[in-house]
Amino acid sequence: MSVAENVAGEPAARDMKSLPELVEEAQRVLAICNACRYCEGYCAVFPALQRRLAFNESDVHYLANLCHNCGSCLYACQYAPPHEFGLNFPRLMAQARAQTYRKYAWPGFLARAFDANGLVTSLALAASLAFMLLFAALVAEPARLLTAFSDSQGSFYAVIPHNAMVAVFGTVSAFVVLALAMGFVRFWPDMGEEPGDFAAPATTGSALGDALTLKYLDGGGDGCTYPDEVPSFARRRFHHLTFYGFLLCFAATSTATLYHYVLGWKAPYPFWSVPVVLGTAGGIGLLVGPAGLLWLKRRRDPELADPGQKGMDAGFLALLFLASLTGLLLLALRETRAMGMLLVAHLGVVLALFVTMPYGKFVHALYRFAALVRFHLERRRPLPDIAPE
Amino acid sequence: MHTARTFDVLVLGGGNAALCAAITAREAGASVLMLESAPVAFRGGNSRHTRNMRTMHEGPLEPLTESYPEEEYWQDLLKVTGGLTDETLARMTIRRTERHVPWMKAHGVRFQAPLGGTLHLSRTNAFFLGGGKALVNAYFRSAAALGVEVAYETEVVDLALDGDRLSSVTVQCRGARHEIRAKAVVVAAGGFESNLAWLREAWGPPADNFIVRGTPYNMGKVLKLLLAQGAKQVSDPTQGHCVAIDARSPRYDGGIVTRVDAVSLGIVVNRDAQRFYDEGEDFWPKRYAIWGRLVAGQPDQIGYSIIDAKSMGKFMPPVFPPEKAQTVRELAGKLGLDPAALEKTIGEFNAAVRPGTFDHTVQDDCRTEGIAPAKTHWARALDTPPFYAYPLRPGITFTYLGVAIDERARMILADGKPAANVWAAGEIMAGNILGKGYLAGIGMAIGTTFGRIAGEEAARHVRG
Repeated sequence: MSVAENVAGEPAARDMKSLPELVEEAQRVLAICNACRYCEGYCAVFPALQRRLAFNESDVHYLANLCHNCGSCLYACQYAPPHEFGLNFPRLMAQARAQTYRKYAWPGFLARAFDANGLVTSLALAASLAFMLLFAALVAEPARLLTAFSDSQGSFYAVIPHNAMVAVFGTVSAFVVLALAMGFVRFWPDMGEEPGDFAAPATTGSALGDALTLKYLDGGGDGCTYPDEVPSFARRRFHHLTFYGFLLCFAATSTATLYHYVLGWKAPYPFWSVPVVLGTAGGIGLLVGPAGLLWLKRRRDPELADPGQKGMDAGFLALLFLASLTGLLLLALRETRAMGMLLVAHLGVVLALFVTMPYGKFVHALYRFAALVRFHLERRRPLPDIAPE
Repeated sequence: MHTARTFDVLVLGGGNAALCAAITAREAGASVLMLESAPVAFRGGNSRHTRNMRTMHEGPLEPLTESYPEEEYWQDLLKVTGGLTDETLARMTIRRTERHVPWMKAHGVRFQAPLGGTLHLSRTNAFFLGGGKALVNAYFRSAAALGVEVAYETEVVDLALDGDRLSSVTVQCRGARHEIRAKAVVVAAGGFESNLAWLREAWGPPADNFIVRGTPYNMGKVLKLLLAQGAKQVSDPTQGHCVAIDARSPRYDGGIVTRVDAVSLGIVVNRDAQRFYDEGEDFWPKRYAIWGRLVAGQPDQIGYSIIDAKSMGKFMPPVFPPEKAQTVRELAGKLGLDPAALEKTIGEFNAAVRPGTFDHTVQDDCRTEGIAPAKTHWARALDTPPFYAYPLRPGITFTYLGVAIDERARMILADGKPAANVWAAGEIMAGNILGKGYLAGIGMAIGTTFGRIAGEEAARHVRG
């Protein structure tokens, strides 16, 4: 293949998704971007790629996870299809991220979950629901699943005993945390960074600021081009609702844990108690946020998407939405006969959400945050005296 | 097709100047139709490849630093054109650029700090966030919101200049011909640089080795029709913005990534392995625009920029990898040059290099003595392998042959009088200001200035 042909690329090669092929395609694309640089004002990815003259696999993982897929660079690109260079930067980065998720998944054999994520998520949900139902029936009296309880402390645990609940969720959470940590522990050194650097306060603080504000979902100022070419902050807002909703729900659970073990108060808690207020606010965020993101995703310019990841994205959002929906229904109907079944449904959905976390869209948070930390580490270093080899 | 009604203002073209004219005319109350010959994906003419506008400013003006007064801008222009410019039109353009920035922002264009590696332009050139295609997209969105109508893939095939009045335009769209009527016409349809036959007519056989850096859609049809029907011509068909780009670039539309910024760091030889011009005459941003013509003047219109390991990584990375070799002889073989001739040229050059302190950020004292042509700055012996080479070809960015205009952007006819209802903006009239040479970022300044004037004047003509 001649040099010029290599830059122009072969259309057929652009749809390939194996890691070596993706790295080769990324090298072609990044060389074009590095010679152009028109997009450098949009986000962190372009300043990061400009520090390099050559791109190896770990650079591709790094840049791909630094990319927030805002889409601005595709619409601004003079080399985007149908130009003969056929450069679709956001899609390439999305495809490379999918490879990051597979490569660093732990245990490794579960990386296959990413191949059919929508299906895996659905199966996990069905299995979790069935498990919770069976579990409830076995550890308690099945009849209680359909009994109405007064809104008094301990009524949830009449359906599923507290210790049984803790045993299931404690085990699953410990595994999830381990799996995510293993992913990170294997990813970070591949970036060529020291373990200690991850915790450097200044850089990690800057990265945290970028993550909490979703700085790079702003398209350089007017909002990102998502779902189409008109800049908008819709995606950032729906993501904020989702993320902070998730955080509030986590805070609600943590408060409730303190109530239970420190103060000896048992759930359910009154409507105006701290856990219920936090959980309700978070639940509303987790209804509106994921619904909004799904709605945007449906209207999204197909040029921007990696079709292979629809299932992963939609599966995670659907679980978040369902977790919130069942939680809020449980709150509303906890004095009725529906309480037992709603509790089982809610716990089933949450269990499915937890179990699939290390093998679904949730992991984007882990690798993107690591990439942001690395970006801030690099920024504090002098520009390398770049040479092509 | 838009044949049933008579539009107030018809804009021929779809680039920056056309968009500025259409938006301005529509905001003044005129009904506006734009005709863009390209499909949506390639709309915007050469504006989609631009990235900044040279902008005058007396004080700090976001995103520019310090100041860039009118006189300095004018002197810069005078230098590159060698006086081949119209001072009234040029100064008008310069003065108005300052006011363009807020207008552009109001119509969706965003600016950014200068690009990494872009050659100290932070004071003089306002960079568009995302480059010219992002600017074009913003203007098209703005135009659509205002109610400007746009017909894509619609090419002007004939027009009837009836005395001093343009009464109708014949277009071809999806294989069918239509006649479009309008009270006023703004011509902003670009130059003829995509038209290889016309380039050959102007340049002769060398044109076959030219690469068109920009849009393939600037065929010069409107320009040719206007000149044939009595518009007054400015400049000549061999003048244009022509830079030396990588010879491996695609025939059309390669844009910015085709540039090779290594010239001033090494030497440039021709097909016969001979040097032919002072590579270190001035800073590259001030000299890149002459190298297209220089290479065009060499046998087979090819040059080779050669550097050694000392210079690698000290310039913007070109998109195509260099040829690389451990010896000059081996490099000559890879380039298809006579090895003995290249060794001799480099040997003589190395011997002529005087000791000095190399500094690429100033016009340093590294120069040659006793060879012709001399290299007057940044001359260092090519003695550290590996050696690298980039092949160069003339890359046409845009042509200057155009129609004459007056200060109100009215198109001037051969008898020296302005046409009654025709205005011109952008590349098609840039030759009024650019007789030769090029000043980075002035194309967008001319297009925006005369686009806005043409839109305003055309609307006033129609609405009274």
